[in-house]
Amino acid sequence: MPDNTRGVFSLIIINKAGGLIYQREFQSGLRNLSTNDYLVLAGTFHGVHAITRSITPKIPISQPAPSPATSSTGITAPAASGYSYPNPGVPVSGLDYLETDKFRMTCFQTLTGTKFLLFTDPLTGSVDTIIQKIYELYADYVMKNPFYQIEMPVRCEAFDRHLGAWLRGRT
Amino acid sequence: MSSTKTSRIGEETRVDKVNAELVTLTYGTIVAQLCQDYDSNYQDVNKQLDKMGYNIGMRLIEDFLAKSGVGRCANFRETADMIAKVGFKIFLNVTPTVTNWTSDNTQFSLIFEDNPLADFVELPDDGRAQDELWFSNILCGVLRGSLEMVQMQIEAHFVSDVLRGDDTTEMRVSLVRYIEDEMPPEEE
Repeated sequence: MPDNTRGVFSLIIINKAGGLIYQREFQSGLRNLSTNDYLVLAGTFHGVHAITRSITPKIPISQPAPSPATSSTGITAPAASGYSYPNPGVPVSGLDYLETDKFRMTCFQTLTGTKFLLFTDPLTGSVDTIIQKIYELYADYVMKNPFYQIEMPVRCEAFDRHLGAWLRGRT
Repeated sequence: MSSTKTSRIGEETRVDKVNAELVTLTYGTIVAQLCQDYDSNYQDVNKQLDKMGYNIGMRLIEDFLAKSGVGRCANFRETADMIAKVGFKIFLNVTPTVTNWTSDNTQFSLIFEDNPLADFVELPDDGRAQDELWFSNILCGVLRGSLEMVQMQIEAHFVSDVLRGDDTTEMRVSLVRYIEDEMPPEEE
């Protein structure tokens, strides 16, 4: 089993309104941002994510002879049925990841609108698997906790414990 | 033994399945208790069951999405199939039939051949329960809560129940609207 902790720096969970509900580091000694900075980060990312969704290019629905004139950026609001997203079978998503030389931030948005942001080393593999597992733990130990109030900050000891244990590859 | 330690043991000795009859019995006890608490005002009992279901649905949907790994449904017909064949299957191990679509594809019925919640149940013969109580009404709430979390406002109610002496157990589900901009692309 690969060492999953290596390269996983931290996790942020953002609720569907853009509020920070969970934040945790997985390596000791990481320089911390202030709580306020994390809140700003969450809110800002939420906005940027929504923008990236809305600027997804729309292409004209293919007609028998598509005229090249319509292939501009489509700033004017098109007639509702005249345009569609590229590859219509795939739903429009927002920003999926950001990468720099030093780190990669992967965003996973659930269908309910909750966002999981995972900060990893750019070389860390199978980030999708890690996030999927985190989502499962969240579904179990956060959402199924009857005393957890939906959309509120996550303070669930069992979630912390299982998350830490799993990332250390112990479970 | 501290309670955290006990709960830890409980978590570590995980069993995948709980006895189904315990679930049936628990649910039955809840309904019976509600009937007592509300003095056999069955409208209120129905309402309360729906509310409880709604709260369950809002939580259960995350489990459903995380473990089934399904993506967004393209239209309401797909949603109906997903509810019947995946949702009910994994949580109650039954597969209700999807039928009676309206022509605009916004309303359908779920017909339950088998309803584990209602095993062993006979409604009280006070002359009213048979006409007023929807024993499994929690399921309507579950659908309402879980679909609301994935941006669909729906209305769900039972229209018949074998417990009342009807031939079938049927739930009617209507799409009210898609919430916000999360509208899936129209198919036509």
